[in-house]
Amino acid sequence: MSNLGISGHAFAKAKAEGRGALVGYLPVGYPSVAGSLDAMRALCGQGDRPGVDLVEVGMPYTDPVLDGPVIQRAGTAALDRGVRTRDVFAAVEAVVATGTPAVVMTYWNLVDHYGVDAFARDLASAGGAGLITPDLTPDEAEDWFAASDAHNLDRVFLVSPSTTDERIISTAAACRGWMYATAVMGVTGVRQATSSSAPELLRRIRALAPEILVGVGLGVSNGEQATETAAIADGVIVGSALVKTLLAAEDAGRPDDLTALRALVDDLAAGVRAPRP
Amino acid sequence: MSSLPDKFGHFDLFGGKYVPEALYRALAELEAEFDNAMTDPTFWAELNDLRAHYAGRPTPITTLKRLSAEAGNATIVLKREDLNHTGSHKINNVLGQALLTKRMGKTRVIAETGAGQHGVATATAAALMGLSCRVYMGKVDTERQALNVARMQLLGAEVIAVESGSQTLKDAMNEAMRDWVATVDDTHYLIGTVAGPHPFPAMVREFQRVISTEARQQCLDEFGALPDYVCACVGGGSNAMGTFADFIPDASVKLIGFEAGGSGVETGKHAASITAGSVGVLHGTRTYILQDEDGQTKESHSISAGLDYPGVGPEHAWLADTGRATYEPVNDAEAMDAFKLLSQTEGIMPAIESAHAVAGALRVAKGLAVTDPEARPLMLVCLSGRGDKDVDTAIDWFGLDGSADATSGGLA
Repeated sequence: MSNLGISGHAFAKAKAEGRGALVGYLPVGYPSVAGSLDAMRALCGQGDRPGVDLVEVGMPYTDPVLDGPVIQRAGTAALDRGVRTRDVFAAVEAVVATGTPAVVMTYWNLVDHYGVDAFARDLASAGGAGLITPDLTPDEAEDWFAASDAHNLDRVFLVSPSTTDERIISTAAACRGWMYATAVMGVTGVRQATSSSAPELLRRIRALAPEILVGVGLGVSNGEQATETAAIADGVIVGSALVKTLLAAEDAGRPDDLTALRALVDDLAAGVRAPRP
Repeated sequence: MSSLPDKFGHFDLFGGKYVPEALYRALAELEAEFDNAMTDPTFWAELNDLRAHYAGRPTPITTLKRLSAEAGNATIVLKREDLNHTGSHKINNVLGQALLTKRMGKTRVIAETGAGQHGVATATAAALMGLSCRVYMGKVDTERQALNVARMQLLGAEVIAVESGSQTLKDAMNEAMRDWVATVDDTHYLIGTVAGPHPFPAMVREFQRVISTEARQQCLDEFGALPDYVCACVGGGSNAMGTFADFIPDASVKLIGFEAGGSGVETGKHAASITAGSVGVLHGTRTYILQDEDGQTKESHSISAGLDYPGVGPEHAWLADTGRATYEPVNDAEAMDAFKLLSQTEGIMPAIESAHAVAGALRVAKGLAVTDPEARPLMLVCLSGRGDKDVDTAIDWFGLDGSADATSGGLA
């Protein structure tokens, strides 16, 4: 496999250990910029305690069309509290300093406005692995192809259950690192049960693009679901459930309390390591 | 059809499809169905029948005799979209898209609305065609447009108040997109303006083109000439695209779009995306938008809920960049003056949106009387909607209190 990039190595390493990689999302700037950096460090585990294999650093945006109420609420609060695009690079540096790689998830206008090449340059110099682009498909990504090649960054594009066979093949070819499969038709959020459409989507991806590493997201919220998802995918992506622990901590008047976050990370990390069903 | 957009939905540097992959297949299916319908005589027969026997087309043009006295040497002619069923040009687009929805075998439509005009039009078409309908409306807008909320409900639609973000039109659009990502198999997102991802800007333009097709011929029939100026208000820009479309090849015709200047562009409280915005990506398309130094969307401000949107259709961005059309702001006060003037000189109460176009045309006409006193310009102005929905706003603005001027017939 020649197209692992940086973040793909995190997936490959987990695969070599016979388990799925765990990817954890948190938005920069919630509950504060400093607080979000602490929370991201807490994702990374410590000592013998395993954490996530890859941190997905989210950049809050005013119009996040692929996000459900949990991530919207944290993002809106972060924007109200003054988070800036440049804070993403500080978050990436903080994560990478723990030894865990970081990839940034952002809606496209923020990168476009920063300047695509300038964003890529600053992300690379912060040690970031690349970008997940929820509202940018390869069709509109000419500038991003050039910038990601120039700065050796990963390009993680999304596919969904509605994606045609042709587009699964072309999207997989456009990715570097891994490909993000949205398990359900819908937005981010905690769901009771794992998706029934995920196995079929993964079956199609494996048949059409057998080389690509695949992370599955949307709806995974506990260790049990992580185990189920790791059985079919190379990576398990968790976002809303993690953010929810931070919202609950703030609602309880303890915005810097990461106890529940750490407990969930432990559960998820054990989940991707558990024997597969 | 015009040669633009290209097959990727680009108007040169503008337009495109900046959407989650989950929507790609639905957009491709919509594009295919639209292309197919455009060349299908059956589709056009059905749409034209609805236009004639349901919407009330063709709408007339009205020459303003008394108002033109305030307009220097210009003759102002209104294209009367206010006389459409449901009271605005919005019906032109929803009838077309509702027919496409049925052709695609979908049974449900969703829509976003600001003032409620597009929501009411969508609820109307859904009732007519037996489609289930949900309308997303910012919570702030549901409060200031309670009458339209009730109208939609009476028409059988479900209205969802959107509490996220700024709780206005742009957030209603975000929420409709989120709904669509989850329901795309049986649902069509009936976007109300020439914004959004391809093929919406081109499709909505084609359904609104009837405004200029009719008006161009009506001017030729009545005046033996094309208008010198064609004017329309611009929020997302659907009535303006429809009003401009057939005049774009007529090089002698000047096209002017009037954006909402709110409290004044210099105050920062406005919705003038072309005049005072910059290029970015919003709601699936690259165009002029209002954004802060990081590219976060800024809230727009206008007395007119229908123009209160921080972006504009990508074809307008392209027309502005090429110079084929020009765009100027009209602020709240100018629009409300025109609202009153048109009501009291012609007996036509415009939507506040449309009053921006009337105010702008008057300003241009007065300027011409100074700079080119020999000219006798013919100005066509799209009156995109009627003002009934805006009476509460007008009561506040003009300090009326809804009570009578005097009493009579009582016992002393």
